[in-house]
Amino acid sequence: MSALPSLPAPTVAGLARGLLNGEYSSVELTRACLDRIAAGQPALNAFVTVTAEGALAAAQAADDARAAGRAGPLTGVPIAHKDIFCTEGVRTTCGSKMLADFVSPYDATVVSGLKAAGTVMLGKLNMDEFAMGSSNETSYFGPVRNPWDPALVPGGSSGGSAAAVAARLVPAATATDTGGSIRQPAALCGVTGIKPTYGRASRYGMIAFASSLDQAGLITVSAEDAALLLGPMSGFDPRDSTSVDSPVPDYMATLGDSLEGLTLGVVREFFDKGLDGDCEQRIREAIAVYERLGAKVREVSCPNLPLSVPTYYVVAPAECSSNLARFDGVRFGHRCDAPRNLADLYSRSRGEGFGAEVKRRIMTGTYVLSAGYFDAYYLKAQRVRQLISADFARAFADCDLLLGPTSPTTAFAIGAKCDDPITMYLNDIYTIGANLAGLPAMSLPCGFAGGLPVGLQLIGPHFSEGRMLNAAHRYQQETDWHLRAPSVWA
Amino acid sequence: MSLTRTDIENIARLARLELTEAEIPVYVDSLSRIFAFVGELERAPTEGISPMAHPLPGLAQRLRADEVTETDRRDLYQRNAPAAEAGLYLVPKVIE
Repeated sequence: MSALPSLPAPTVAGLARGLLNGEYSSVELTRACLDRIAAGQPALNAFVTVTAEGALAAAQAADDARAAGRAGPLTGVPIAHKDIFCTEGVRTTCGSKMLADFVSPYDATVVSGLKAAGTVMLGKLNMDEFAMGSSNETSYFGPVRNPWDPALVPGGSSGGSAAAVAARLVPAATATDTGGSIRQPAALCGVTGIKPTYGRASRYGMIAFASSLDQAGLITVSAEDAALLLGPMSGFDPRDSTSVDSPVPDYMATLGDSLEGLTLGVVREFFDKGLDGDCEQRIREAIAVYERLGAKVREVSCPNLPLSVPTYYVVAPAECSSNLARFDGVRFGHRCDAPRNLADLYSRSRGEGFGAEVKRRIMTGTYVLSAGYFDAYYLKAQRVRQLISADFARAFADCDLLLGPTSPTTAFAIGAKCDDPITMYLNDIYTIGANLAGLPAMSLPCGFAGGLPVGLQLIGPHFSEGRMLNAAHRYQQETDWHLRAPSVWA
Repeated sequence: MSLTRTDIENIARLARLELTEAEIPVYVDSLSRIFAFVGELERAPTEGISPMAHPLPGLAQRLRADEVTETDRRDLYQRNAPAAEAGLYLVPKVIE
């Protein structure tokens, strides 16, 4: 990787400025990204599909728009999409053999919003199959590797998005978060991740996993970049019945606000025995930075939060078993050879098309929804979900934002947690709560433990993205952890 | 909680998933572990607590007028079909 071309700036904000000042064209910038992607692919496997031709055409169109005086703040900025988002005329796999040849006939609303803002799509990013995983090892297209150490996982399920941004192959990427799939890989790769409030960005064209939890978001280098990109991908969409009809604020307008008087709640349950000591130290140091910035810090308790992982592993598989029933080998997706009858067509197509973890979740969900078990498992989990949600509501009565670690440890070795699903599921112990309660949350780089990135998590009340991005941005003006890149990829 | 081979075969049949001989014992083991783990929920006191189906309180599911809003794009959609002919999806014979 001797001749790896570097990007002219690490952030979307910096690149947008360079484009505005005419320092380079979108075509030049897009070529530089495509060169880095090509160089990075053998080592990291972050992409499933690279759309070089389409990217260069879109970049040319962006340059033409700029020349004609029709450029917006994001015109010509190259980004990439997690392969869970449908992209018109481009293969959309969701990391699965089931959809290995699926070419979407339409764009997801998130994709069309970012396209309308002038961004250039570089390709589709690798992910855990159907977003089910915390290590990116369940992808049909092979594991993604962590740019800080290729023997380690990048986290998941948005592992391709996190690795591509961490290695500076792309300045920003879309991602999704059902139980931590944006925040945990962001933490493990040393980048910034935001999961907005449930319903803030449309789920239309985002392949469904667990519909009461799934939310689209971003992985970026900085909170400022997230603020720039979040507006165009958010807002009401009549095509998603759970999309929320409330105006999208100007996230850039409040980004630099003072943190004087902000109350941060440190969630006691996040500092449990599973949290690595060095990671805890980095979080304590980040809390001290916030105190210097004028924030008041107090300890809060969410006593039901330790039940969030078992609650999630009833609710999410139940919704998954229902959502994934659509893959029947008839209208699209994998079909088995020579089916003997319709039942054989369904069960063999699904048995062959889904990977091991997806089948595990479908069966878990089928069981908890089956006659005789529905009350004991599914309704019980929904009641505990109510308790967890109420814990957060109580905490927000006294605090503006909550704070804690994103993940109990730094990145772990590829293969280390594959044998026991419970060990793998516990990676998301600090992130799942926000999904169950529909809250917006972020992960920010806050230092290193043993040479590997550590993530700081912020959680806010519903629709507090503006305040959360503000708090994240002010932290990133005091620190430079978010600008650190692995030396091989810098 | 421990599941048996028969339990796994029944669940797989309900889920329309054909499992290989080698997969069955793997799922007997891992689903047993998952249900032992989620069994923790039993201890949570939830009497009088209503089940939460939607993460945003007070927001009802929105309905729309029953009107045709999509155009006919059948040919485009059927390009993704494993087998289609004359505008129809082909499946094995259902009635013998």
